[in-house]
Amino acid sequence: MIIDMPTTNTAKVNAKIVELRQQGGAVALGRVLTLVIVTDDGEKTEEAIDAANEASREHPCRVIVVARGAREAAPRLDAQIRVGGDAGASEVVVLRIYGELVEHGETCVIPLLLPDAPVVAWWPSEAPEKPAEDPIGQLAHRRITDAATDPDPTRALEQRRLSYAEGDTDLAWTRLTQWRAYLAAALDLPPHEEVTGATVAGATDSPSTDLLAGWLAAYLKIPVRRVPPRKNAPGINSVVLERKSGAVELTRPDGKVGTLRQPGQPDRRVALARRNVKDCLVEELRRLDPDEIYEATLLEGLNRVNIGAEEPAAAPA
Amino acid sequence: MSTWQNPLRDPRDKRLPRIAGPCGLVIFGVTGDLSRKKLMPAIYDLANRGLLPPGFALTGFARREWENQDFAQVVYEAVKAHARTPFRQEVWDRLAEGIRFVQGTFDDDEAFDRLAETVRQLDEERGTGGNHAFYLSIPPAAFPVVCKQLARSGLAHQDGESWRRVVIEKPFGHDLESARELNQIVNEVFPEESVFRIDHYLGKETVQNILALRFANQLYEPIWNANYVDHVQITMAEDIGLGGRAGYYDGIGAARDVIQNHLLQLMAFTTIEDPVSFSPQSLRTERIKVLAATKPAQPFSETTARGQYTGGWQGGKKVPGLLEEEGFPPDSKTETFAAITLEVNTRRWAGVPFYLRTGKRLGRRVTEIAVMFKRAPHLPFDQTSTEELGQNAVVIRIQPDEGITIRFGSKVPGTTMEVRDVTMDFSYGRAFTESSPEAYERLILDVLLGEPSLFPVADEIERSWEILDPILEFWSQQGRPDPYAPGEWGPPSADKMLARTGRTWRHP
Repeated sequence: MIIDMPTTNTAKVNAKIVELRQQGGAVALGRVLTLVIVTDDGEKTEEAIDAANEASREHPCRVIVVARGAREAAPRLDAQIRVGGDAGASEVVVLRIYGELVEHGETCVIPLLLPDAPVVAWWPSEAPEKPAEDPIGQLAHRRITDAATDPDPTRALEQRRLSYAEGDTDLAWTRLTQWRAYLAAALDLPPHEEVTGATVAGATDSPSTDLLAGWLAAYLKIPVRRVPPRKNAPGINSVVLERKSGAVELTRPDGKVGTLRQPGQPDRRVALARRNVKDCLVEELRRLDPDEIYEATLLEGLNRVNIGAEEPAAAPA
Repeated sequence: MSTWQNPLRDPRDKRLPRIAGPCGLVIFGVTGDLSRKKLMPAIYDLANRGLLPPGFALTGFARREWENQDFAQVVYEAVKAHARTPFRQEVWDRLAEGIRFVQGTFDDDEAFDRLAETVRQLDEERGTGGNHAFYLSIPPAAFPVVCKQLARSGLAHQDGESWRRVVIEKPFGHDLESARELNQIVNEVFPEESVFRIDHYLGKETVQNILALRFANQLYEPIWNANYVDHVQITMAEDIGLGGRAGYYDGIGAARDVIQNHLLQLMAFTTIEDPVSFSPQSLRTERIKVLAATKPAQPFSETTARGQYTGGWQGGKKVPGLLEEEGFPPDSKTETFAAITLEVNTRRWAGVPFYLRTGKRLGRRVTEIAVMFKRAPHLPFDQTSTEELGQNAVVIRIQPDEGITIRFGSKVPGTTMEVRDVTMDFSYGRAFTESSPEAYERLILDVLLGEPSLFPVADEIERSWEILDPILEFWSQQGRPDPYAPGEWGPPSADKMLARTGRTWRHP
């Protein structure tokens, strides 16, 4: 069900939500968090809501979408409430704000936050320079940005590093989890030798590749080389970890299937497709405490990454 | 080796899943229902979640004349029909590369030699590293011969570097003696730490949540004892009958089929003392302790009830009674409903009766644990205002509609003071359950990881038979079970059993 409330205020929206709950039974009970999505009004708004609805199947939440419209218009708030089939397991409140109100989005959000539940802010496209100091960011326990959607992802990642505060996270980091899991699992097995060198290859504008290199640098305590991909492969391309008995290699030339190569063992292929936004969001909402690993990667790791120009010194695929 | 620490693993890194090390799974009885509806989909779902090791191998063993690709087709169809997570071609392709099939019967030496050869080849081609789990999805009568074959062909042999594990399903015997025999047969070939007994209830999120509810909260534990709890009802009801399952069920009955394993495990989780830690060892210690303290309440003629469903109308359909179901002899004494009373002789639970009931063709499919509290010692209202007030209750709903309900009294709006029961509900949510992992996923992954927390050990199985055996013996000397109509909540004797102490069964 979708209810449009043109030119309204948050008190009316709140009253409507309560009314809907009483009519339709316990729709709003059992929500575990409020997810605030901040975006410019447009096509991307719907994409973000879809992802949030999907994610709400695992994390029942109230979704508040702050869609910023034309700044030149007269100040106005148009609201839309979606419940039931149009909102997954969540209830969605879309707040379209115009004019001067665009600068004061948080004042519309505060009255609609769920009582005593954590708040997560998500900027699906461009994020503020300092998410933790943004008015909406300040309301949130956790702030999710996505460097990959920035017009200049490398600069965006650098900005995240400069402005890091506890509770920050970035979907470029979330996209790495599967890579990190396979690499960690590969090192779990004997021979338990020290890793002496590491090379990470990936698209030059892939912040995930940078973060993977940073993570390895932070935890292996060695300099890591970051090089361009072998061909024009998307995203992360390959990781090579040098050890005395030979290199552990995880390569993904086509963005879909990875190959794990270890000395003395047959090649193993793994499904390693690039993750979609919904999967990443589900993972992000699973934990709401500061991510120390991301922090170490960002603050300690990235500095130890050497940007190399040449092809990775890997054995031919 | 124990001093080595993986530099990429940080205990604070909650994102990294534990992926099983290189390994393969061999399933005996791949043509069975369980295998198609639960095991194969669960394996795909694990693969789809990225929790299986690269190079994972799945080998089927059965009598059918199949080639590898025929078996792969069967798995494919099972996955398409029953998997929980969306189908992704690239995940399936990787899984399919590791699918093998070995044709043979259990007494065929040559077939097991072929299986050993297949497994060895997988180590070479797929890098499974000599680590293999054998899932015996077969009748227990076949366990001895299969175990012997696994030992003879060297498949059960493990050295320091690699592991071999065996997974077995209920029934774990039909009384204490047969359970001991069975354990002995399996333990001759596999040491106890390599034996994983599947009780799929323990893989359910809601069951694990009992521990979180009790030990992570301050709210419940102070009242979780005989001072406040009046009694506990544990129910597992099914609305279906036993058509087509005579071969397995006749002579076994509801108590052996469900109470001995699922319900006693649920009771153990409800009653255990705080474990020292959540390590598998300390959880087991507590479970065994509480099972050892549990005794059936006497006399059995008053504390137990059993029933057998008759034909009639259920949910708008005419259904046959047990005696008319195909395969059951017309004088079958097999019970399809069983209710028993247990007492837990510990300081915490002394005097609190635990009522366990299970049955087929009951009102609806539901499993729940209801902890019923004593009434308030003094009610400062007059009699009429609390007429409709029942006992406070915490109900843990295991399935379906997983969640927790709390029942308490509340004032009815109006000018008079009138108190009536209301419920407060926590629900994992209809939608949430779609993406919460199936019990088999969790359990298969735990087998591959060698994580034994959620598997009952031989000791627990034997303790639970010790609890049940005296009741079964008493029943065997009685006549036929009491008849009950389909769609009802058991025979009248079940209601009488509680009425003797002024209690009633909850309507689940």
